[in-house]
Amino acid sequence: MTGLGGGVVIVPLLTLLFHVDIRYAIGASLVSVIATSSGAAAAYVREGYSNIRIGMFLEIATTLGAIFGAYLTARVSTQAIGIVFGLVLLYSAAASFKKKHTMEGTSRSGKLAEMLRLRGEFPHSTGHEEYVAQRVPAGFGLMFTAGTLSGLLGIGSGAVKVLAMDQAMGLPFKVSTTTSNFMIGVTAAASAGIYLSRGYISPGLAMPVMLGVLAGSLTGAKILVHANVRTLRLVFALVIVALGIEMIVNSVMGRL
Amino acid sequence: MQLTDERLEIAIGRMLQTGVLLAAAVVLIGGVMYLLRAPAGPRLDYSHFHGVAESLRTPGGIWHGLLHGDAESVIQLGLLLLIATPVFRVIVALVGFAVERDQLYVWVSAIVLAVLLYSLWHIG
Repeated sequence: MTGLGGGVVIVPLLTLLFHVDIRYAIGASLVSVIATSSGAAAAYVREGYSNIRIGMFLEIATTLGAIFGAYLTARVSTQAIGIVFGLVLLYSAAASFKKKHTMEGTSRSGKLAEMLRLRGEFPHSTGHEEYVAQRVPAGFGLMFTAGTLSGLLGIGSGAVKVLAMDQAMGLPFKVSTTTSNFMIGVTAAASAGIYLSRGYISPGLAMPVMLGVLAGSLTGAKILVHANVRTLRLVFALVIVALGIEMIVNSVMGRL
Repeated sequence: MQLTDERLEIAIGRMLQTGVLLAAAVVLIGGVMYLLRAPAGPRLDYSHFHGVAESLRTPGGIWHGLLHGDAESVIQLGLLLLIATPVFRVIVALVGFAVERDQLYVWVSAIVLAVLLYSLWHIG
C-alpha cells in the first residue's frame, strides 16, 4: 500500500528490539517477503496492470543479483550489513514521498526494447493506454542492484525495483509497482536456497515471523482501505527514518 | 494472444496464492507441534549466530526429521514449499510461453529458472 514491504521493518525490529543476530533476522525476513509477495500476487494480477514479460526479463537481473548478494552476506561483517541496511531504510523513506509521475510523450524506445517486446497496455478510464520500455540497459543494471540488496539484506527491495521501472525505464507507475511485487518472490527465492543451506533460516524464528506477517498483510489490506493514506505514509516514513538512523548508529558502535 | 496472456497471469496468480496458503498451513502445524513440545529450559538464544542444525539445512535432513515427527523439520518443510512456490511460477510461465509459441520468452524463462535452480542446488 505504501509501496514499502514488510522486510524493511522486520530486520530492524528483530535486531534492535529483540537482539537477534542479523543473519537470523535476514533469513526470517526473506521468508516472509516471499510469503507476502506471492500472497498478494493474485490480487494484483486481477487488476491487469502487471506485465509478465517485462517482469520475467528483468528477473534475470534480479536473481543473478540476489545470488551475488547472498554470497556477499557471508563475506562482509555484520556491521557493514547494518550500515547498508540503514542507508537503504533512509532511501526507502525518501522514495515513498517522491512524486508519482510518469514521463509523458517520450515514445522513443530503443532497439533492445523492441527486440524483447518490452511493451504492453493497461486499462485506463478511457480505454487502453499503451507503453513501451525505455533505457533497458539502465533498468537492467538497477535491477541487478535491487537483487543484490535483496540477497544481502533479506528484503524485497521493492523501492529500487520501482525506481528502475518507473524512473529509468519510463513505465507507468501502476505497472511498475505491480510488476515489482510480482518479481519480489522470485528474487527472494534465488537467495533463500543459499540462506537455508547456510543455516540462516531458523524454524523457531521464521515460523512466527512468516505467519505473523502473512496474517498482518491479509488483514492490513482491509484496514488500509479506510485509513488516511497520507498520514499513514508519513508515520511509516518517520518510523523507517528512525530505524535507519538507529541501525547505522548501532552498527558504527559495533553493537550489532 | 492477449487473451492467453491474461489467462496465464490469472492461473499464475492463483497458483501462487495456493502455494503460500499450503506452505503457511504446514508451517502452522509445525509451529503448534513445536510449541507443544518445546523444552522447558531457557529460551533459545538467537543473539549469537551459530547457524541452525545441519539436519535442518537440506531437504534430505528435513525429510529424515519428518519421519521422526520432528516439529522443526515440519516448519522447514513448509518454508521449503514457500521457497518452491516462485520457482513453480517460473515453470508455469515457461510452459505458458511455450503454448503461445513465444520462443524468445521461453528462453528468458529458462534462464531465470536456471539461476533459481543453481541457487537451490546449494540446498541439496
